[in-house]
Amino acid sequence: MRDVAVIGIGCTNFGEVWESSFRDLFVTAGALALEDAGLSGETIDAMYVGNMSAGRFIEQEHIGALIADYAGLTTTHIPSTRVEAACASGGLAFRQAVIAVASGMEDIVVAAGVEKMTDVEPGASTDALTGAADREWEGFIGATFPGLYAMIATDYMNRYPLTREDLALVPVKNHKNGANNPIAQFRQEITVDTVLNSTLVADPLRLFDCSPITDGAAAVIVAPLERAREFTDTPIKILATAQASDTIALHDRRDISTLDATIAAGERAFRMARVEHKDIDLVEVHDCFSIAEICAIEDLGFCRKGEAGWFTREGETQIGGKIPVNTSGGLKSCGHPVGATGIKQVCEVVQQLRGEAGKRQVNGAKIGMTHNVGGTGATVAVHILGV
Amino acid sequence: MSVARFWRKIPQRYNLIGTKCLTCGRYFYPPRTFCPLCRRDGKIVEHEFSGRGKVITFTVIRSSSDQFEHLTPYVLAIIELEEGSRVTAQVVTSPEEIKIGMQVKRIFRKISTDGESGVIHYGTKFTPL
Repeated sequence: MRDVAVIGIGCTNFGEVWESSFRDLFVTAGALALEDAGLSGETIDAMYVGNMSAGRFIEQEHIGALIADYAGLTTTHIPSTRVEAACASGGLAFRQAVIAVASGMEDIVVAAGVEKMTDVEPGASTDALTGAADREWEGFIGATFPGLYAMIATDYMNRYPLTREDLALVPVKNHKNGANNPIAQFRQEITVDTVLNSTLVADPLRLFDCSPITDGAAAVIVAPLERAREFTDTPIKILATAQASDTIALHDRRDISTLDATIAAGERAFRMARVEHKDIDLVEVHDCFSIAEICAIEDLGFCRKGEAGWFTREGETQIGGKIPVNTSGGLKSCGHPVGATGIKQVCEVVQQLRGEAGKRQVNGAKIGMTHNVGGTGATVAVHILGV
Repeated sequence: MSVARFWRKIPQRYNLIGTKCLTCGRYFYPPRTFCPLCRRDGKIVEHEFSGRGKVITFTVIRSSSDQFEHLTPYVLAIIELEEGSRVTAQVVTSPEEIKIGMQVKRIFRKISTDGESGVIHYGTKFTPL
């Protein structure tokens, strides 16, 4: 296997982008990534794009070809492949791009992610997202996606010392970080009271525990490490790529409050990268709901099971803490265009490792991690990157 | 949900018919046709569940998809059936009453309708014992 590096990143602004179409979004992200790498389109060998549900959101399938077409790559006829794993689609697209380069099959590969979610009514987007879980045996009987994570929260709070106020500290911290991220959907700080006074969505989760509906796209370009310096002075090496699966339905899990796929992917990634927890300078975790970040930092091993509430309260997940979590603002503040999220996480880690993260910079960051979840934990992708 | 898609699982949805692996003795509801533990050595047969169980975890859905909006707020739970399988279901009780460990039994109820003039979907909900 060859070593692989990220040589370019690009991300659109995240938000309710009424004026941009699906095509506008990914063309913008792709162009930014190419510009960042100083590449022209004809050097691209292949493309992987993460997208969860264009079929439901804009009634368009065959996304791989569409993207190659509107990115102006039909003259070179490159292979362009859509990758889908619900909210982990982006993480898996990145992994496919890394594998393609590592194998020696391709040299310059684009990994992109895109989702245009606001062209349908909120009820329709809620229903489309329910397809990330088990439609037949969860969605059909009235489960919603926030409802499933709410049942994780109920179970967790019944078994471990986590108060409603502790849980609110997760979105408070993520909004604080997101306020300093120019692409973030919500760039204002919030308080614990903002969370506790917001509308109940699915008890105990309130509106400010939930990531929003977002339009956005992100792209990164990967290349063999040995060629990376042709394109950039700051190549970021991919130290590990890992992926794991679990049951599609929450009720079939070994433990409701533990994502075994996170544990499996995390252990594989640490082993592959040959690093330890203390070596990780920051991690972007999948905080689709506040409780998801609590579970993620435990299941990745940054603290013990049941201790994430205390860990968060002590400020250990803030910038300056033991392990800064979601410096981008996470899914909550930065926004969650589902197919793009896994790629955006990589963009954030690359910016941090290059020292280009501005006011949210983790000083001296050398190694960063991304954690991208599909559904309630049926797919997890974990990557470790380093300078 | 199309008529055929709903129709083909009517026994499972109406009467809590799941499966059981004769090799390892595990029960599956929702039904599986392949035992994830025994794999090719598994022998799967049908099994009608007693319908009694207890609440493992729950939530109150206050914001739903369009199809269930008229029901909000409604109680959703993961029920551990006495045979050992776990299933997601609505519990017909008030948001104030529901709690972890509550003993419940199955009941036959309307689940949803396919638009104003479409098929009515029935299935299983649970009620406190």
